[in-house]
Amino acid sequence: MIDARLQKKLHGSEGDIALDVELKLERGRITTLLGRSGAGKTTMLRMLAGLTRPDAGRIAADGAVWFDSRKGIETSPQSRRVGLVFQDFNLFPNMTVEGNLRFALRPDQDPRIVAELLETTGLSRLAARHPAALSGGQKQRAALARALVPEPRLLLLDEPLSALDEEARVELQEELLRLHERRGFTALLVSHDRAEITKMSTAVLTLRDGRLLP
Amino acid sequence: METGFWQPLLLSFKLAASATALLLVLGTPLAYWLALGKCRLRPLFHAVVSLPLVLPPTVLGFYLLVALGPASPLGRWIESALGARLVFTFGGLVVGSVLYSLPFMVYPMEMALAALPPSLAEAACILGKSRWETFWRVQLPNIRPAVLTGMALSFAHTMGEFGLVLMIGGAIPGQTRVASIAVFNEVEAMNYGAANRYALVLLAVTFPVLAALELCRRRSAQAL
Repeated sequence: MIDARLQKKLHGSEGDIALDVELKLERGRITTLLGRSGAGKTTMLRMLAGLTRPDAGRIAADGAVWFDSRKGIETSPQSRRVGLVFQDFNLFPNMTVEGNLRFALRPDQDPRIVAELLETTGLSRLAARHPAALSGGQKQRAALARALVPEPRLLLLDEPLSALDEEARVELQEELLRLHERRGFTALLVSHDRAEITKMSTAVLTLRDGRLLP
Repeated sequence: METGFWQPLLLSFKLAASATALLLVLGTPLAYWLALGKCRLRPLFHAVVSLPLVLPPTVLGFYLLVALGPASPLGRWIESALGARLVFTFGGLVVGSVLYSLPFMVYPMEMALAALPPSLAEAACILGKSRWETFWRVQLPNIRPAVLTGMALSFAHTMGEFGLVLMIGGAIPGQTRVASIAVFNEVEAMNYGAANRYALVLLAVTFPVLAALELCRRRSAQAL
């Protein structure tokens, strides 16, 4: 379970927002985060991942403290074992699909997970291709597979399907659900699409004026 | 053609290759720091790296001659530490060439690193990779065309050096008399035939080197 209290002052185009949120993410669940653009959703994800430092607060994952402003604890993003899927894929252009997945292996990990994930996501025959030779949907499947390689404690999905066309989006939603059923990861999904939220998640959080509404 | 004819040409290639190799080693971390570092003094260092672009080579050569010469504390320290003098030696030419061509190696890499989406490094960081591994396996391979451009420019720039080489190296045959100086010496002696032969060999050899580097650059740019 992820238990967090995050406080951060945001300077947006529509003025300053004092983000002050408390969230609990149940283990093995996909929770959706809703909110207008500029509400601070991406910042929340970045703070959970360790890429942005909260002004104050606490983050604990299954009892382990990742961040505590009072005690001066801050675990590096490398040590949190969080998966992050970006809207614009962020695959490494210099590596093949398989290379991207191999890069994500932890040093002590069984490399067979790479072949397994390539197979599950239907990317086996595209394994030797570079990202530039993939369609948007294929790129996002590869990004999702790469994020799952290190078996993250928390998977953060920052509008991962918004750049895709309708067909690819539906396909990826099903893919994500299938992967979730198999691997049972805890995920926080940012989405604007009501149908997607209903289909994908068991809990919905709405971010408004810097606060989380259940 | 007599053996002495090839000496300045070989020296030029040796100088250009040594300076390019050293620039690659020194310029890469400098470009990284200038592009992605957090220090507020970066604009100042950026301006220092740019100096060879605006200063006449003779000015840079003159200051190096003064700074590295036996009359200066730095020159004396280098002489006692290395047991060798840098002025009027091949080693001094390499030092001068590295400084003179620094912006040509650093700028393409710095601009390419600054243009890489920061989210690429963040993605590697989230996947548990250290800053060094991220640089070595993600950032550097993705700026390969810029690295090759920097190498080609540094090599070409060093091959064409004249004023700086003359100031800190003189024209000692076999040590500091590079091809550009040999051409000048031959023209001065009204020996246009020999000057032409030097020029033609320089052209015939540097052009394929630069063409090959450009081909590699294009191929690696297409692969990304």
